[in-house]
Amino acid sequence: MRVRRRRFNDVPDPAGNGLLDRRVFLKGGAGALTAGAFMAFASSDAKAAPGEAPAGMKVPGAPLSLYGSPATFEREVTRTLIRSQPGTTGAGASRTPLEALEGIITPSGLHFERHHNGVPTIDPAQHQLLVHGMVARPLIFTVAALSRYPMESRIHFLECSGNSAVMFGTTPPAQTCGQTHGLVSCSEWTGVPLRLLLAEAGVDPRADWILAEGADAAAMSRSVPMAKAMDDALLALYQNGERLRPENGYPVRLFLPGYEGNMSVKWLRRIKVTDTPTMTKDETSKYTDLQADGKSLMFTYPMEVKSVITRPAPGLKMTGPGLYELSGIAWSGRGKIRRVEVSADGGQTWAETALSAPVLAYALTRFRIAWKWNGAPTVLKSRATDDAGRVQPTRDEFIAQNGANAIYHYHAIQAWRVESNGEVKNVYA
Amino acid sequence: MSTRKAFAVATCVIVLGGCAGAATRETSNLGRAATPAEIAGWDISIAPDGRGLPQGAGTAAQGALVYAQKCQACHGEKGVGGPNDRLAGGQGTLASKTPVRTVGSYWPYATTVFDYVRRAMPFLQPLSMTDSEVYAVTAYLLNLNGIIGEQDVMNAETLPKVRMPNRDNFILVQPWKPRGQ
Ligand code: HEC
Repeated sequence: MRVRRRRFNDVPDPAGNGLLDRRVFLKGGAGALTAGAFMAFASSDAKAAPGEAPAGMKVPGAPLSLYGSPATFEREVTRTLIRSQPGTTGAGASRTPLEALEGIITPSGLHFERHHNGVPTIDPAQHQLLVHGMVARPLIFTVAALSRYPMESRIHFLECSGNSAVMFGTTPPAQTCGQTHGLVSCSEWTGVPLRLLLAEAGVDPRADWILAEGADAAAMSRSVPMAKAMDDALLALYQNGERLRPENGYPVRLFLPGYEGNMSVKWLRRIKVTDTPTMTKDETSKYTDLQADGKSLMFTYPMEVKSVITRPAPGLKMTGPGLYELSGIAWSGRGKIRRVEVSADGGQTWAETALSAPVLAYALTRFRIAWKWNGAPTVLKSRATDDAGRVQPTRDEFIAQNGANAIYHYHAIQAWRVESNGEVKNVYA
Repeated sequence: MSTRKAFAVATCVIVLGGCAGAATRETSNLGRAATPAEIAGWDISIAPDGRGLPQGAGTAAQGALVYAQKCQACHGEKGVGGPNDRLAGGQGTLASKTPVRTVGSYWPYATTVFDYVRRAMPFLQPLSMTDSEVYAVTAYLLNLNGIIGEQDVMNAETLPKVRMPNRDNFILVQPWKPRGQ
């Protein structure tokens, strides 16, 4: 059978208010419309005279360099909303500017941070990791020793369980997308499966847990079920091809795919094999989810299915009616993303988006769909489903279920209101 | 040759060579044995049943002094009103619209207070206090919250027996039960 190449105008709109078939850009029909653009920064007035070669073609360019950095014109693209506990500089968080990024890999320098007492300076030649507790052979590993073990590389998101916590509040925050949802990032992590070291130490079969502890001034510590430690836990040494950044746990961190971020203990100095959880401060006082009835959920490890449209989003402005590509990220701590739907009419009708390869378990997944904006105000939403069949709830459903004081694991559908002047705002709709 | 193959081949060689132990797979074995003395210095975590608690002791009365010198500037007089986390009060608020989570109203285990304060406080000089100072200031926080008396001695025996008021209000999502309960 001959497949007829359909023209742009033949493609039925899958949902209301201008959402176009997800293959519309691939079919080459998009040229029929004027594509709109997003503005993140003002364009400069000084332009070369028409026909004149740009200045950079008339002189030799900048010299070679030892370590590259982003274009100077991109200097506004930084981590955002740095907040630390009163009177401190390193007990808080900085966030990834999601609306400025594309694809699924977060540049290492823009990976979000969450520390409890600053970033320690650690000489890898001095650093040691102790594996002890309920083991036959307590062992000490240097970084050089760890670097000789067989390694695995995996692309995984890391999300702080407090990401988007501001959305529990009664009024929608007047913040950029990254300021609200940027405690999630995604990297390629390379390192040694923890199970190799545990096997060498010889784990007592009665041991159901490990305690992981960092070499920072908070001696950050979390208990992890043995099943996870033996399954896919990684001792990460590399991030996006280079050694870990200091703020991501240099020289070695634990990495637990899909689990709430702080369990992936940075600056790892000690693994203690235990029969019970240790009940550390950051698994009792903090990182437990207080429900409306006064009870708290404890050990809520996997991050739930979630998505957010990053283009357009607060922090970017639409530049007039026309054709746009809506782009966003989806992820689930329970597996792969199966589907992301988008609505351009406040949730009345939904269209399935195209997922950009690769679609990986416990990784950010990029979704895209063409949208012909007619210039009228409207509300955009995205709704992700993971391969366990879990679907993002609405904010009302989520709060009804978890109360407004849980702080952690917020993952409801996000609504962005697009104003007729092109501004994009966070709304509860 | 792929890494996996290389390791598999190495395994055969070792098995044929009659390597000691029940190793069915080659391992890198690059860790060195940790001595008990090394482990003792390194191991600062306290289990909820008290395993790991060191010698030493203190009362709330003694802890009041430690608190005034080393904690009050950040956590406020009697644990309230400082720039950083509130450490006292809030009992009975958890099911309200404005819950106040403190050591007294929220924390399920008294051992966690000792473990955390010793490893992380005072914020600018963590790991600087003696174990008896940590027992004393832990006792002070528990007494501030009406959980123990002013002269109750906190040590490795008594601290794990302190029953925290909010202990039974945590729902374990992971199947785990404290042993012997
Ligand atoms: C320089 C300020 C400062 C001083 C001094 C200080 N703390 Fe803290 N304390 C903090 C900060 C900041 C945090 C929050 C740390 C975090 O974000 O993990 C904190 C957290 C705590 C907590 C956890 C509160 C909770 O409910 O989760 C306790 C308990 C505590 N401090 C006890 C003490 C004690 C006891 C002392 C004195 C020995 C002390 N602190 C001295 C700043 C301080």
